[in-house]
Parts: sequence; structure tokens; C-alpha cells
Amino acid sequence: MSNTLNFDLVVVGGGPAGMAAALSARDNGIPEENIIILERAETLGGILEQCIHTGFGLHYFGEELSGPEYAHKFIEQVENTKIAVKTDTMVLNITDDNHVICSNKNDGLIEIKAKAIILAMGCRERPRGALDIAGSRPAGVMSAGAAQKFVNIDGYMPGKEVVILGSGDIGLIMARRMTLEGAKVKVVCEVMPYSGGLQRNIVQCLEDFDIPLRLSCTVIKVHGKERVEGVTIANVDEHMLPIPGTEEYIPCDTVLLSVGLIPENELSNQINLEMDPVTRGPKVNEMRETSHKGVFACGNVLQVHDLVDYVTLESQIAGKGAAQYINGVTAEKFAYCKGINGVRYTVPQKINIEQKEEVKIYFRVANVYKDKRIVVKLNDEVIIDKKKKKLAPGEMENVAIKPEILEKLKADDQIVVSIEEG
Amino acid sequence: MVYDVAIIGAGVVGTLTARALSEYNYNVVILEKTSDVAMGTTKANSGIVHAGFDAKNGSLKAKLNVQGCNMMENLCKMLYVPYEKNGSLVVAFSENEIETIKELYNRGINNGVPDMEIIDQKKLREIEPNISENAVGALWAKSAGIVSPYELAIAAAECAVLNGVNFERNFAVNNITKKDDIFQLECKCGKKVEARVVINAAGLYADTIANIWNGEKFNIIPRLGEYGLLDRGCASLASHTIFQCPNEMGKGILVTPTAHHNILVGPSAVNVEEKDDLSVRVGALREVFSKANKSVPAVSMRDMITSFAGLRAHLDTDDFYIEPSKTDNAFINLIGIESPGLASSPAIAEYVKEMVLKVSPTDKKADWNPSRRKPVVFRELSKAEQESLIENNPDYAKIICRCETITEGEIRDAIRAPFGAIDVDGVKRRTRAGMGRCQGGFCGSKVMEILSEELGKPINEINKFGGNSDIIYERTK
Repeated sequence: MSNTLNFDLVVVGGGPAGMAAALSARDNGIPEENIIILERAETLGGILEQCIHTGFGLHYFGEELSGPEYAHKFIEQVENTKIAVKTDTMVLNITDDNHVICSNKNDGLIEIKAKAIILAMGCRERPRGALDIAGSRPAGVMSAGAAQKFVNIDGYMPGKEVVILGSGDIGLIMARRMTLEGAKVKVVCEVMPYSGGLQRNIVQCLEDFDIPLRLSCTVIKVHGKERVEGVTIANVDEHMLPIPGTEEYIPCDTVLLSVGLIPENELSNQINLEMDPVTRGPKVNEMRETSHKGVFACGNVLQVHDLVDYVTLESQIAGKGAAQYINGVTAEKFAYCKGINGVRYTVPQKINIEQKEEVKIYFRVANVYKDKRIVVKLNDEVIIDKKKKKLAPGEMENVAIKPEILEKLKADDQIVVSIEEG
Repeated sequence: MVYDVAIIGAGVVGTLTARALSEYNYNVVILEKTSDVAMGTTKANSGIVHAGFDAKNGSLKAKLNVQGCNMMENLCKMLYVPYEKNGSLVVAFSENEIETIKELYNRGINNGVPDMEIIDQKKLREIEPNISENAVGALWAKSAGIVSPYELAIAAAECAVLNGVNFERNFAVNNITKKDDIFQLECKCGKKVEARVVINAAGLYADTIANIWNGEKFNIIPRLGEYGLLDRGCASLASHTIFQCPNEMGKGILVTPTAHHNILVGPSAVNVEEKDDLSVRVGALREVFSKANKSVPAVSMRDMITSFAGLRAHLDTDDFYIEPSKTDNAFINLIGIESPGLASSPAIAEYVKEMVLKVSPTDKKADWNPSRRKPVVFRELSKAEQESLIENNPDYAKIICRCETITEGEIRDAIRAPFGAIDVDGVKRRTRAGMGRCQGGFCGSKVMEILSEELGKPINEINKFGGNSDIIYERTK
């Protein structure tokens, strides 16, 4: 290819994950001019650019920021380095020997030879088509994130009378946002018996605006030929099937969907990374290296996070891991982590037994639990046992494996995280 | 101006007929009720080029299906339409059903279907490894294929326009009269078109059009078919079109790859009242998938990226009716064009062309172009081809639809094409932008921006598929 570049590290994605990973690689010894960030949008910042509400940064910066403010703190840092950035640039594929093929209007096709790659492509929203919603296919059905872009970036209202399906955080945020812009949000339906969003969002976005949240309830049919005219909602049983006789027709012109986020792993699948069927992201070790040597992953492409603050922390680990890899450090023998008994998954899925520094294992739980214990066993020995007043699927949890435990790790040890009776 | 021929309906039959007539010295116009081609049955069907063993011996369906199937490969090559001769299997699950497939085989032989074979369980599993273990044998028809039905209509329309055919969008015919050998076709909006020959290719509404003209009565029953489309990651689940044994409502539930390598599951078959209600019924998809699991146990609703419904124009005689009206040879009715209508469409176009030539003989044009512009399909090009394309036009370097790798250049091409896209769904059907696993979640607003720029319209006037299908309303406060 005529257009060939060489970099130590290529970061795919210029959102919060990609920027933090690139900066961390620099901090861990990779010369900044040997790092490049590729971003498909016109600017760095990723999805934070359209998240104009506050609530970001409480953990990482100790202050409450809007999405663009949070992003900007990292954009400024990146701009003050010699880290190369190509925006408006889409990665088309990655080869087995870690060459990244990408494309943009200024350069055309580019092939970048990389020593290490960090995947930080984020996630996308589950579309209507993936759900069993009957009815017609009129205009006016869109993902909450697409509506958020119309309202916050483009400055257009996607509707006036709104039903929201799914109580993920974006759905909750958009319930408030649409209300503030003059729309009437009639109801938020959640098929599960609990919300998948953060508790603070349920209070601040629904309760404060008297928007009803109906649990164990779903949209079963969309009505309207050209534009949405209404929906039929119904309660669901324990198998999430609609209960006959509970149907209710709600007139509306818009249906927003907040029914789950899916890590954006087109590239990961292309290079046949070993994937975790639960997170739908790659399986990684504690430095966030995937099954492909020199390819790392962090942020929502790895696991869908609840807070961007944790994305930043995870991406700093990946940046450090990539820096170590570029400098010749590789891992061969691992202990394996898994979740059972209400713990849906763990990230990382394995830990290098040579690791000396504390490792945090992140996970989400399968249900709402009260007064339980989080128990971690190394093989059969309990190494962590802590009480937890409340656990919810909407919030990420973590446990820290201390250096003195790591010291004991042998190849193929099992680290098992579970929820036990309080 | 008085047209020689007016065709009512821009489905695959109307557009291919227009293309066939454009080879001759006719002035042709297509009158389409909606704002785009392929908006009726053509956009929502199985996309199957049936081999032709289903239809009764001696029926028009049998004749035109076998001819059409035979023509399809070359036609698609000429028009750059995705097509694959993947072969079909009618799977038998019992000894009784083995008898049924033998009957189908014999009917196929009588209909003139080439390359059929009855295969046993072992051979069946060898060529289609994911088939149910309960399948005991199958009728394998190697001439069957898959085609992108809406792209076939779009390509035919482009070819027709290149050869001088005119198009009237949003022209819903609601009155037809005749004076001095000239038909007056009147649109709901008041607009009028005059023509010497009229071809009624109005699909589901062909009975209404026939009735408007001279009171002839046909009874088209809309028969709903519901489908689920799976992620391309499931492509290995089936390589042939897999049918179960047919029943009185049609060919049953199939599992098939599409011409774009998704797996399509469906259709249901239920007679309905409304001709414009494309609603999927509550619970219908669960039933469709459960029936499909009989032949391919691994197809699952979990992998679904979209679902949709289409309507078949079913006529109680169970055959195509392609005849001049009882009162006037120059008014040609095409009624009951349901399955295998798509497979037959190239042959129907020829058949109708011959009828028109009889009513109004004329010569061939010297300079007829049977093809169209070759659309750029960036994702299918080699790196070298991509590079040279980008060198001439950097719009091809900007990916708009990430799921299907569709570039800005391809989207602009689709809008600028003869009879180009004017709305989001029009771009989707022409380029596949928005057809992938995120279903336009990422590219939808970018496609709107490009449409707005190309058409010189404000973005809030760009809609999904014409009419009142507005996507966004007024500006925020």
C-alpha cells in the first residue's frame, strides 16, 4: 500500500477509553510521537460529546462534570502531547501481524504497522429489530442515543409524545432531556422486575419529573403506518412473555429504546479474538491483553461500564499493559477468574501469575440482592469475604486481589467470585 | 404528451416490464403510488428464485417460473444485482413426505425444471450440515437461487430511465377513462397522464385498478408473511434455501441465506383484511422460529437483527392472471403475481412485452442499453481498486455505515443515480447503509445529512420513506 506508517501503538477509538489508554502508554514509557489515536468521528471525545448532562467524574476527578467537560480534560492532555490523532478515520481491518488498515478523506487508505494495538471502540445500542416487538415499522422508533444526538448535537426534536422502552441509563437521561425540551414522556417500560440504570438516574430523571416507571412491562406492538401513532404495552410473566389481558394502548409519536448496549466488536471478531459470551467483549488478562498477542482492549468495547470514571481507570491499565508489551514484557502462565452464583462475569478473565501489583476484578450481578456477601475463593480457599448491603445489575462491582495473594498464584489456579447469603 | 405505454406500479414486475419495453420505440411512463420503486411486495419477500417444481403442470406460474429462473442469472449479471445460484432443498421428515418430494420431483420434470435430484439423509447432511437430524431426505433443485428483490427492481428502473422511460412518483391512479384510443389516467392529486396502452402491474391493488377501469372483478386476498432476519455472523447456518414440504397456504417456513449473506427465516402465511398493514402480529415471530427449528434447530431469535412483514397478492385461482381486459386489448391486467412472482418476473416482463407488441407493433431501438451504471460496492473491491477509487473521489474514503462498510461516495451515487434515492430507506435499499446489525443507529443521521445536502432540503424535511414518515420535527428550544 502506498500510504504506510509505523507506530509503536495504535489506539482504535478516541473516546474516553482511547484517550486515557494513549496517555497512559505515554506515561509508561512509550514516546508520545510513537502513539496514534484513530477516531471515526470528526472530533475526539466519543459518545461523551452528546452527554451534556452532569454526573461524570465524581470518582476520578472528585467533581461533577458534564460529558463534554470530562472528555475535554483528556482532549486537552492529548493535544498537549505529540500523540498523533487522525479523526474522521475509520479502521477497516486489522491483520494478523497487527497492521491496522484505515481510511479517511485526506489520506485515503492507510496501513499502519503497529507493535501493539489498543481496541477502544466503545459500544452501540441494541436496535428494535433485535427485540420481538410486533407491529409496523414507521418512523419515530429510534434508540435513545440516536435521539440524544438529534437533540443535543443537531438541535432537533425527534418527537413530542414519547414512550421509552428500557430503563438503561441513556433511556432515563433522555426521559428527562425530552421533558426539558417540552416533550411529554408518558411512561418508561422495563421488561425486567428492576431497572438496569443507576439509582441516582431513576430519582433525578424520572421521579423528579413524575415520569412513571413500569417494571415487568414491555412494548408488544408498535402502531402507525408512516409515523408512530401509539404502542401497546403489556405486563410480562417470569419468562418475560406478555400476560394476556394486561394490554394497554398508549398514543404517542415516538418510541425510544434503551434496551441494552453491545460492545462494538466487529474488528475483534475479524481477528478472531477469544470472546466472552456474557460481556460480549474479548477475554483479557489483568493488563487487558486479548487472546491476540499485542492487542489490548479497554472501555465499553471490553465490558459495558456504568461510569466513565471506571472506563478511564481500566484504559490506564490497558495503556500500561501495551507499554510493557512494547518493551518486551509478555505473560505466559495464568490463573483464571470466573463468576458464579449471581456473578455474571469477571473482567479480567485471567491473571498473569507473575503479576505483583494489586489486581481489581470487575463484575456485574444478575439480580437485585440485599444484605449479601461477596466471596472470592482461590481454588477452595476464601481470600475475600465482604458484606454488601445492596447489589444491583445496573452497577459494576469490584474486588481487589492484594499482592500477597497474587504471590501465591500458580498456573491454572481458579479464582471464583460469588454472591453468598449475608 | 401521449405515452405509448403507461405501467401502473413500480415493483419488480412493473420495472422489469418497463425495461423490456424500453428496448423498443415506445414512450413509456411508470406511475408509482409511493415515492420509490419496490415499495410493495417487492421489498418484503423471501428473495428466492424458485426452480419451478411447485406450480401445477400447465399453469402460467409453472411456465413463467421455469423461464424466469433460467433468465435470472444473466439478467442479474447484466444489471449488477446480487444473485447466487445456491440451490434449494425441500426437506422430508417422514416416509410420507418422501412421497411428497417425489411428487414435486415429477411435477418439476413435467414443468421442465433442470438439475433436480432426490437425496438421502447422508447426502443432505453432507451438503447442509446444520439441518435437523430428523430430516430423512430432500429434493435438491440446483437451479434455484437467491436474489436481492428490491435491488432487482431498482436496477431495472435505472436501466429503464437510462433508455428513456419516465417515472411519476406519488402518482396513485384513481380514475381511468378512454377517449379516441387514448387512456386518461388520473392521480389522486389531480395530475393526469395519457397513454395508448396501460399495463396494470399494481400488485396487491391490481384488482382495484382493473375495477376502476372497466368494472371487472378480481379478488386479491392479501396474505401476510412475517420474517426474522439474522445477523451475518450466522451465515454458516444454511447455504441452500431450505423448505419444508408445502401446504395449502404455500411453501411453508423456509430458512435461507439472502443474497447479502444474512439468514432469513419465515414467512408465516395468514390471510388478512388490510392491504396496507404490514404489521407483524404479536407472538408471530416466536411461532415462525419454532417452525423453522424443525428444519434448522440452530436458528434463534437471539441472533435476529430485524423483523418485517410482507403481503402476497393471492388470487383464489392460485395462478397468475396476465390477460388484456375483457373490454379492451390495450389494457393489460397482471393479477395474482405472488410467489413465484419474483422468480418469474424476467419472464413476465417478456410475456407482457410480446402482448404489447401485438397490440401496438413497433421496432427495436438501435441504441438500447440493457445494463445500468455499475454501482460502486467499496467493501467488495481489492485494496488496489479501493485506492484508485479514492484517488479520484475521496468521498469513497469516508465510511458512513460501519456495519456494512458503506462509504459516503456510494450514498451520494445512490442519490444522484437515475431515479435515485430521496429518503433514508431509499438510500438503505440502494446501498445497504443501515441494513446491518445496528440497523442505522449509527449512520441514520449521517445519511440524513447527506440527503439534505444532495437534495438541497433542510434536514427536518428528510424522511424515512415518504408520506408522513418524518424522523425529526422542529428545532429544540
